[in-house]
Amino acid sequence: MADLNRQPNLANPDDVYQQLIDLHSGCSEEESHRRNAKLVLCLANHIGDPEVIRQAVEVAARESDHG
Amino acid sequence: MLRDRFDHIPRHRQFEPTPPPAGAEQTPVVIVGGGPVGLTAALDLGQRGHRVVVLNQLDFIAAGSKAICFSKRTLDIWNRLGVAQRMIDKGVIWNVGKVFRSSRREPVFEFDMLPVKDQEMPGFINLQQYWAEEYLIDALLELPNVELRWGHQVRAIDPAENRLDVSTDSGSYTLKADWVIASDGSKSALRDMLGLDFEGRVFEDNFLIADVKFEDERPSERWFWFDPPWGGASSLLHKQPDDVWRLDFQLGWEIDREAAIKPENVEPKVRGMIGDDIPFSEEWYSVYTFQCRRMARFVHDRVIFIGDSAHLVSPFGARGCNGGVADCDNLIWKLDAVLGGADRALIETYNDEAITTADENILNSSRSTDFMTPKSAVSQAFRDAVLDLAEHEPFARPFVNSGRLSTPVAYPGSTLTVKDRDSWDGGVPPGYPAVDAPHDDAWLLRELGGEWKLLAAAPVADVPLSTVVADSPTAVERYALTPGVVYLLRPDQYVAARWKNFTPADLGDVPWLT
Repeated sequence: MADLNRQPNLANPDDVYQQLIDLHSGCSEEESHRRNAKLVLCLANHIGDPEVIRQAVEVAARESDHG
Repeated sequence: MLRDRFDHIPRHRQFEPTPPPAGAEQTPVVIVGGGPVGLTAALDLGQRGHRVVVLNQLDFIAAGSKAICFSKRTLDIWNRLGVAQRMIDKGVIWNVGKVFRSSRREPVFEFDMLPVKDQEMPGFINLQQYWAEEYLIDALLELPNVELRWGHQVRAIDPAENRLDVSTDSGSYTLKADWVIASDGSKSALRDMLGLDFEGRVFEDNFLIADVKFEDERPSERWFWFDPPWGGASSLLHKQPDDVWRLDFQLGWEIDREAAIKPENVEPKVRGMIGDDIPFSEEWYSVYTFQCRRMARFVHDRVIFIGDSAHLVSPFGARGCNGGVADCDNLIWKLDAVLGGADRALIETYNDEAITTADENILNSSRSTDFMTPKSAVSQAFRDAVLDLAEHEPFARPFVNSGRLSTPVAYPGSTLTVKDRDSWDGGVPPGYPAVDAPHDDAWLLRELGGEWKLLAAAPVADVPLSTVVADSPTAVERYALTPGVVYLLRPDQYVAARWKNFTPADLGDVPWLT
């Protein structure tokens, strides 16, 4: 089982970030929640390694220093 | 009077109340509770030759809406006890489940409960619990060493002496037992009398169960709806014998339970599900809520809890009654050995393995419940996302959770399981239940029976156990039976150990081989 890659891995991060924002244009909060959920499910299945997903969940759950 | 207290319960079959015995009694095993779990325990122990007394506070088999789905594993166990065929002949066999969403006519997801073919028992049968109880009772009535007592209620237990105070409508008596098996259901009186804990989650939800009778040529499949057009978060349709159908409707929390079962309130839901054209009649309407909880321990000195008295789950997954029958299967060969002189510590392995089973059942049924009725906005978003995606994206379909249906639980970490010494590719690992296969014009599980057995591709010399020699290519393949391979099966048909290049000395590694 692999570890979560926590180093930069995208050649063009701004483009990818923009795609994530654009996914929600014109959405209600409810619809945004659902689209995010779909995206997470797609990516989790693609990763396919429960250990990598577990580590990603851990990163996501860590509280930010800025609260 | 005892009898008056149970007047509200519908009856399937009446028995004569059993008169109380003349004086105080001493007996090896008393089973308290005559539901399908207690009766299965009595049949297994009775067939192993022990004297058993079963105390049933009712003097009838109750009708009404109870368990209906019996799993392949339960049928395998009942087949070992010789009662499965009657259940199957009467029951509705099904293997396919379909999941629908809203008013869409095509299912979003389909599954097959018997992915491994060439086994004697089907994936599931549906059968009203009262038929299962009746067939078990008929088999018990043929055993002179088992005594079924009708209308006998336990009023008190003295755990120091394992002495029960029992009352009947025609007098009271005391009964001392070496072992008491408590199969007295979710509201277990014995659990309360012993002051034992019962912890876990109560789900704040209600479900309407409408058992209705109508004639229709629908296929024998489990149909489940998310967000059905007739209201509620979920619904379920299941076929039972005698043209009875189980319809299950989620209702929500703060509801009027009395009003919910009034025919004028039930009918629109039934009509929504089955259409306007088919005439139907009520069998039994009821509202239930459920809990997912278990006792911290199932074995309390010489009182042993099995089935609903020990653990409760939500009904989605058919893990209640099937989980209880699994308890019987796990316990009775151990109790048989202990009654025959084995160390009492063997009973502790029942405590450990049955808790493993209960925890897996509780985990699965809690997850199903959370998927069906999400408890937060984000949980709802994920659930809806899965159902949206499942329509076109195969990857999303395994996330759809309309109940993870009961399959046998494995005990790889049990002290009864001998870890693999060799490296294996395929076969059935230690701690897993034996898989059926064709055998000598019959079936392998039948041949394995209820005693310790060896399984191999050729006879095994110089061993104190009988060997089942696999004779079908299917069996050889399912167990990866290359020359020199020997499996050791427990009396409950779980794999205790397996070896490549077996020698009889290997049996010395197996704890509790009796």
